[in-house]
Formats: sequence, structure tokens, C-alpha cells
Amino acid sequence: MSKKLIPLHELPTGSFGKVKKITAEGNSRRRMLDLGLIEDTTVESLLKSPAGDPIAYEIRGAVIALRSEEASKIFIESIS
Amino acid sequence: MGLTSQSTGTGALKEMFEVQLESPNDIVVALAGNPNTGKSTVFNSLTGLNQHTGNWPGKTVTNAQGKYKHKDNKYVLVDLPGTYSLLANSVEEQVARDFVCFGNPDATVVVTDATCLERNLNLVLQIMEITDNVVVCVNLLDEAKRKKINVDLKKLEKILGVPVVGTTARSGKGLSKLKDTVEKVAKGEIKTNPKMIKYDEALELAIKEIDPLVNELIDNKLNSKWISLRLIDGDNTLLESMNEYLDFNLDKNESLNEKLNSAHENIKKQGIKLEDLRDFIVSNIVRTAENISKDVVSLENEAHNQLDRKIDKVLTSKFLGIPIMIALLGVVFWITIEGANVPSAMLANGLFRIEEQLTIFFNTIGTPQWVHDILVLGIYRTLAWVISVMLPPMAIFFPLFTLLEDLGYLPRVAFNLDHYFKKACAHGKQALTMCMGFGCNAAGVIACRIIDSPRERLIATITNNFVPCNGRFPTLIALATIFIASGTGAFSSVVATLSVLLAIILGVMITLFISKILSKTILKGLPSSFTLELPPYRKPQVGRIIVRSIFDRTLFVLGRAVAVAAPAGIVIWGMANITIGDASLLTHCAQFLNPFAQLLGMDGYIMMAFILGLPANEIVIPILIMSYMSKGSMLELDSLSEMKQLFVDNGWTWLTAVCTMLFSLNHWPCGTTLWTIKKETQSWKWTWMSFIIPTVTGIVVCFIVAQGATLLGLV
Repeated sequence: MSKKLIPLHELPTGSFGKVKKITAEGNSRRRMLDLGLIEDTTVESLLKSPAGDPIAYEIRGAVIALRSEEASKIFIESIS
Repeated sequence: MGLTSQSTGTGALKEMFEVQLESPNDIVVALAGNPNTGKSTVFNSLTGLNQHTGNWPGKTVTNAQGKYKHKDNKYVLVDLPGTYSLLANSVEEQVARDFVCFGNPDATVVVTDATCLERNLNLVLQIMEITDNVVVCVNLLDEAKRKKINVDLKKLEKILGVPVVGTTARSGKGLSKLKDTVEKVAKGEIKTNPKMIKYDEALELAIKEIDPLVNELIDNKLNSKWISLRLIDGDNTLLESMNEYLDFNLDKNESLNEKLNSAHENIKKQGIKLEDLRDFIVSNIVRTAENISKDVVSLENEAHNQLDRKIDKVLTSKFLGIPIMIALLGVVFWITIEGANVPSAMLANGLFRIEEQLTIFFNTIGTPQWVHDILVLGIYRTLAWVISVMLPPMAIFFPLFTLLEDLGYLPRVAFNLDHYFKKACAHGKQALTMCMGFGCNAAGVIACRIIDSPRERLIATITNNFVPCNGRFPTLIALATIFIASGTGAFSSVVATLSVLLAIILGVMITLFISKILSKTILKGLPSSFTLELPPYRKPQVGRIIVRSIFDRTLFVLGRAVAVAAPAGIVIWGMANITIGDASLLTHCAQFLNPFAQLLGMDGYIMMAFILGLPANEIVIPILIMSYMSKGSMLELDSLSEMKQLFVDNGWTWLTAVCTMLFSLNHWPCGTTLWTIKKETQSWKWTWMSFIIPTVTGIVVCFIVAQGATLLGLV
């Protein structure tokens, strides 16, 4: 049941995770919600930018790039 | 239903939104949708060139309206800003929401992307909460077909309870059905029954608690259930808008506030914290969208995005991402430089032949010499220069640039570069506004609207001028060609391209450096949140690219340049021809500026050319040539080598050329850009800053380079 939660930006490229907790607040949180990042949403880590940050994720069929500042406030359960 | 806006007395509201009605019978249709859904293609296909762009009243958000006729009715189509939601997280969302809610359109079309329906349904569901008169347009069906994604439109229509029309807007497929459906909905011939989102029990109870009172207060004018929900959510922007548009002061209503408080108490009793309310609301919407999507979308091929992924892996890869980007930019410039030569010379020849004819004509009708000189040598020759120098490169550059834009490459540029912008405490989308700046800095400044945070938007605005625009390319290219690339023979256009590329990379580095300084001083702050969508690559639409780049960009920029160049021509002609003592006014000014200019590696004439070039950067070199020839009007030299000879005769070295190029890259923005900055920032202070910061940068950079090179004995 209680699998370890990791921040989204630590999810290795090419693997999937399930959103469990979002600690962002205010506008940043609302923006994430608008992207469809709610509990149990499946997210795939797709691409790293040349500098390693930001990282692009597939969220509900769309490819969205997030900086590590934002991604570190999204906690996921890795799906193997 | 079937009530027109007049019968409900809301015609005045359309005026508040500045909807351009020709007659009161015009049908007003709002066009909503997520970004990247082809909404603008739908808009363009429906209205053609019959468009009008401006701003929403009191907001720096673009408002595009267009007209079309269908059967016997005239329609006004209002293009709302592309948004993912209507929960008013940004000005764009607020504008879109207010128009759907208070602008009282006869129908609202929501354009959705068939390849990404689930997320698009969020907006559809939110709009259906506000208004019944919704038509859902499922666009990009061709892309969906290519990716083997099936959308069951009939089923979607049944679930949503509003008409659904499938379209491929770029080829015009489905648009006539869309128009028919819009007509029926607007006239009330189709009765819709929008599916309402079912919220969590606690929320639904709270809504029920205040709904009757709200309904009474708003006099049945809006959807009371939705208003109740927004009130429970604590959406103050909606209250403000209700005051503004309907003069309802709900926030001052005591009994409503009491009810709201008790509703909030009840929600808390159910174990929901008020700060989590928004999460619950959004989760309900997202889950509803997810379920609908599961019902109507089927994938034949799970790996439908594989090609996009592969391309992205290369274009954003660690080692190749940035080199590819620079190479692509280089290719675009090379094609522009190489391709513009011949048409430029042809245009110049043609226009100067016309000049001869004009002179003959004026002589024949016996016009006084000075009138001829002002009109022909002053205005006409300046215009001829501007057109022949600017038109060909723009007519090549803008379509190429629009092609990259249409393919979906630009967001990848922002993705590649965001890290550096983050380090400068700026916004990754600043890279996109810089890309626009290559075309025209004024356009780049307007593009800064895509950055939400005011602080980061200002940084992007102030630094946009460090990207050389189309008006400055000719200067950079000409100087690079004759002073840096000369003697490289067949490769000269390649060397010139590389020099210009180097100048641009320097400009980008200066942008980052100045952004960082601004973030640490007068525009202190931390980077705001950053989310950037990387939309799927799309097959470019050649026709649309040409229309858009030629009409919207090339002719627009050229028209503006012509408008400023004509009066500038008179001033320049006057300065070169009015003599005081033994020299012209221009020479006097140049001599005054000379000591200062020498410190920066240039001379007084060059400095004067930059000053007189304030109206438009493209006339800097012509003014310079004119002053050196001191013949009193701008000349066309037959070849670049003659131009080099002229410059060398006036004391130019490679260092002069480098400093002039650097100063061209870093100096005050042109008049149009400054005017645009004033309009966008609504502030003289920031306009002034945008003037002074690049100018000081240019002075410092040129001083260091000029004095450094002299000290090291390089010249």
C-alpha cells in the first residue's frame, strides 16, 4: 500500500508514475490542476532538455514541460 | 429560447466588449478553445480576410473579431484568448470567461483537438456550465486519423447534450456543417441540454444552499448554479466582473454573505478544508472529462505519438539540441542573405529607374528645383531604399520563420533554452518573444503578453531589443560581408552568415546577462511558475504560411517602415542641405558628436546616422552613405566594393565595422518599438528604461572593444 513517494522530477525518463500529492500552492497549484494533474493521474517522464531541466512529461495526452521547482512539488508513486 | 440580445436588454453589454455590430440583427458567436487546437485556423477559415484585431477594453489581451455571412445572416465571430480553463487564473481566462458569461453571445463554439480530446473537454465542460448555447467543434480530425485515433462524435454529442461537429479546418472540411449548426443553436432551433458536472456531495449541498438566493439576486440572467459554485470557491474576479458588467454588488449583500458562511461551515463539517475546495472542484471536472474521453475515444495504435517522440529526442538532445537550433537559424539566415541579393538589386534598379522618370516628369511640368529635391531625392529615394533593402529579406525570412512556427518547433527552442533563462531569473517563454523579435522588435514586445508574471514580462520587454530585427539585419549583413567576409570568395555568404549568427548569439548572451542584472536590481524577484506545452508537430500549411507571413508580417512591418521613412526622408534631406557657415547641418552635428563617437570606435557621422535612424533602423546605412558622399541625398551604390571603398576613404577599419555592428545590436529601440512598449507597459518609466538600458550597454560594449583593440595594438 504505502509505496514510497518521489518528487516528479526524479522519475527516470521513460518511466511512469501516479500523482499522489501536490504541495504547490497558489497560482502554481491552480495551473497544475488545470493541466489535469490531480490525484491518481498517470504521468510519463518523456524528455530532458539539454541542460537536464526543465523536463517534459506526458500528462493526459499532452506534452508539458515543467521546471524542477514545479516538478519537485508533485509527488508520485512510481509504476513499474 | 431564441431571444435576441435586444429583447433581453443586453445590447449595451456588447458595446462594453466593443463588439463591432453592423446591424442589431447580427449574430454574435464566441470562439473558445485551448491553445494549439487550430482555433485560429477555424477563425481564419470562417472569416477570411474580413478581420479586425485590437485589444480587449482596458486589457493588453488581443481581441480578434471577424465577420462572415451564412445563408441570410451576418455573423460576428469573436475570437477569445486560447485558454485551458475558465477559472480565472490569468487575465486571458478572465477575458474569455467574462465574454461568454456577460457578453451574451448568441452561440459559443468551443474548438477542441481530436488528438488530445480529454484535456480539451475540461474547457468544454466549464463553458457548458455558463451557457447553454454551445457548439463543440472537434478539429484536427486529419491528424487524429493519421495517428489512428477515433473519436465517436455521435456518442460525444449524446453525452454532452450539445451539438458536436467534426472538422479539419485547414482543408475547410466540416466548416459548412459548423456554420449550419451555429445558426441553429443561435436561433434556438436546436435545443441543447448540456451535461452538468456532478460535484462531490458536500459541494452539491452547499450549492443548493445558496442557489435560490443567488438566482433571485441575479434576476435569472446568468446560470445561478455556476455562479453559486464560483462564490463558494471564493472567486473574487467574478464578483468584480459582475459589478462591472451588470452592476450587481453581490459582495455587499448581507444575507448572501451569511448564507455563504453557513455553506462554508457545512463544507468544513464534511471534512473538506476550504483551501482544498479548488482541488475538489477541478478534480470533479477533470474526472468527468476523463470518463467522457474513455467513452468516445479509441486508439487503434497505442504508440501513435512515436514519431513525435523520436523527433523530439533529437531536437532536444543533450549534445545536439542546441547545435541543431543554431544550425537551423543559420540556414534560415543563409537562405535569406543568399536569396535576397538578386531581388534586392532588381527592386533597386527598378525603383531608381522610376526615379529618373519622376525627375523628367517634374522637369517637364516645371516644378521648382527644391520641391523636386524634397519629393524625389528626399522622400522617394528614402522609400526606394527602405523597400529594396527590406522587402526581399523579409519576404524570405518571415515565411521561413512562420514555417518553423507552424511545424511546432518554436516551443522546443523555449524548452532547450529555458534553463538559461531560469538562471537569469527570467521566463522560458522569453525565448519565444525573442524569436518574434528577429522579425520585428515591436512584434516581439507584443508577444511578451504570453508571459503571465508582470516582472518577467517587463524583463522580456526591456531586453527584446537585444535581438536584431529585420531592419538591422541589412546593416549587420552588409558590414559583415564587406569588412569581415571580404576576400573569402565563394564562401563570403557563408562567412557573412556566420558573423551575423555570432552577433545574434552575443545578443542572446547580453539578453541573459541584462535579464539577470534586472532581476537582481530594479526588477527583483524569483522566477514564477513555468509550464510550457510542447504541441505535436504538425504538417505545415503552405498557403496559410504565405498568407500569414506576407500579409500579417511582411507588409505590416514594411508599411510601418514606409510610414516612418517618408517624413524621415525630409528631415535627413533638410539636414544635409541646410548649410550653416561652410558645412551642412548634418556635418555640424557629426563634428559635435565625433569626439564621443571616436571613443566608441566609430565617428560622428555613424553616430548621427543611428540618431537619425530612430524612426526605422533600416535607414542607418543609407544615411551614412549619404553623409559621406555629402551630396545631400541618399544614394544607391552599384556594388558593395564601392561601398567599402567609400567607407575606407572615410577612415573605416575592421574595428569601425565591428563597433558599428555592435552598436547596431545594442542601442535604443526604434520609434515604433518604443511606442509599442509605452502602449504595452502603460508606463513612461519602463519605456525610458527600455531606451536607456540597451543604449548604455552599447556604449559600454563598444568602448571596451574599441579601447581594448587599440591598447592591444590590433589596429
